[in-house]
Amino acid sequence: MTRTAKQTIDVDAVRRDFPILAREVHGKPLVYLDNAATSQKPRAVIDAISSYYESSNANVHRGVHTLSVRATELYEGAREKARAFVNASEAAEIVFVRGTTEAINLVAYSFGQSRVRAGDEVVISAMEHHSNIVPWQLLCQRANAKLRVVPMDRTGDLLLDEYRKLLNERTRIVALPQVSNSLGTVNPIAEMIAIAHQREIPVLIDGAQAVPHFRVDVRALDADFYAFSGHKMFGPTGAGVLYARRELLESLPPYQGGGDMIASVTFEKTTYNVLPHRFEAGTPDIAAAIGLGAAIDYMNAIGHDAIESYESELVAYAVDALASVSGVTLVGTPKHRAGVVSFTINGVHPHDAGMILDHEGIAIRAGHHCTQPVMDFFEIPATNRASFAFYNTRDEVDRLVAAIAKVNEVFRA
Amino acid sequence: MSNMRELYQEMILDHHKHPRNFGRLAGANCHAEGFNPLCGDRVTVYARVEGGDIRDLSFEGSGCAICMASASLMTDELAGRSIDHADKLFVQFHDLVTGESAKSPDVDALGKLAVFMGVREFPVRVKCATLPWHALRAALKDGAKAPVSTE
Repeated sequence: MTRTAKQTIDVDAVRRDFPILAREVHGKPLVYLDNAATSQKPRAVIDAISSYYESSNANVHRGVHTLSVRATELYEGAREKARAFVNASEAAEIVFVRGTTEAINLVAYSFGQSRVRAGDEVVISAMEHHSNIVPWQLLCQRANAKLRVVPMDRTGDLLLDEYRKLLNERTRIVALPQVSNSLGTVNPIAEMIAIAHQREIPVLIDGAQAVPHFRVDVRALDADFYAFSGHKMFGPTGAGVLYARRELLESLPPYQGGGDMIASVTFEKTTYNVLPHRFEAGTPDIAAAIGLGAAIDYMNAIGHDAIESYESELVAYAVDALASVSGVTLVGTPKHRAGVVSFTINGVHPHDAGMILDHEGIAIRAGHHCTQPVMDFFEIPATNRASFAFYNTRDEVDRLVAAIAKVNEVFRA
Repeated sequence: MSNMRELYQEMILDHHKHPRNFGRLAGANCHAEGFNPLCGDRVTVYARVEGGDIRDLSFEGSGCAICMASASLMTDELAGRSIDHADKLFVQFHDLVTGESAKSPDVDALGKLAVFMGVREFPVRVKCATLPWHALRAALKDGAKAPVSTE
């Protein structure tokens, strides 16, 4: 596709779309740099949710009445938007879940139950979020299988040679993050998927930290499963997506039982509904799915290329600015980075720094970021993490740097 | 920044940078670990208890300035004191940092510990300040059960 339009972001206009960005914290304009935890929501998303409740609310896939039909259209419309968003072949491959965590649990449970046996192996990486560790640990305990971990180097890049060596005839599934939530590493997942596929091993990608920042094409990646959350990409909490290839999804047993996932039920036997409804038991978070659809529309209107180029420039600026602050050490210096910059301040625990920054109006995350193994690897208890979205600015990076100087002022007094 | 200065008092920063009684205690007969999963603060308190008295006290671990300074000052205040005294001081310290008690804090009884008064303005930091105290209480519970060399 040729692009003639100039790929830029009018950041002032974009910021006006997010009502919360106008507020103050402790008397200072809010600088929101905790986007990897959850992003803020544009007016379009907030309005889509209230408009749904004000004019279309009903249960989906149920009634013949006007509202139920309308709610179903909106809900299934959101599924189609999610399909296009990751370029899946068909909407039936898009399962709505609460978020990435539930998506991974669904696969670990359903795929695990049907495919993973005693002595089998599951491969994950050293930089997983706890949500891509614990479901697999639980599976391995149930099945008496073994969890293997792809190591990384001190820069926060995975070791591909070690990855190749870990894969063997006992490996049943590989689960990897496209982008690390604590280091910002963008992993070469297309290559890693191809390596696994040489042995016909399916791969699940945790895309929670990828979809807010760049275009994802599950078919180009050849991903078997791809999980992401709506709330980290400007949608509401409560709706996320599990993409799965149709053949795989068809072969999996149901995860949860209940209404909506069945075709017919008698006390003797139940037959299950078609994809993707078989994996959506009970009334879903309809409003959240519609909100996610609105978030996708919003991102499309800004444009992925514009988002990616704006953010890569901004994050590079933040990396340089933070690295040049005396006493600041970056944690993770990966070859390719998206969205996240983790750092420590010499002699200052992140919990203390985070609080002083808060008093300057700056929201960052201080802690282990649900990646305790990553903290152990770098032999630190926690980091400060600044994480960015396309509504952040260089000026905000400068305010972060200035506020770190105040942290040092308090602690070096 | 003024309330930051009230929280991060000179004495707190000093005990954070130069913690007293830091390290494993030789001859300890009880210890317990306190862990705050929210921020990763981790403190192990060691005590040598004889009869109803805390003969000696130390701690090790890592955490934020409030937590480390609290552990350092606590071990300073309580070494050589009775378990009864430690229990009473715990209640007063808890009231001091939470501000929950209707009574104003007994600054005389608290001594140096009164420096943590600023914590009450920051509810999320109460756990940081009290973590070493909870670890101490757990250790002393063990110690009460442990065979004591005297008596």
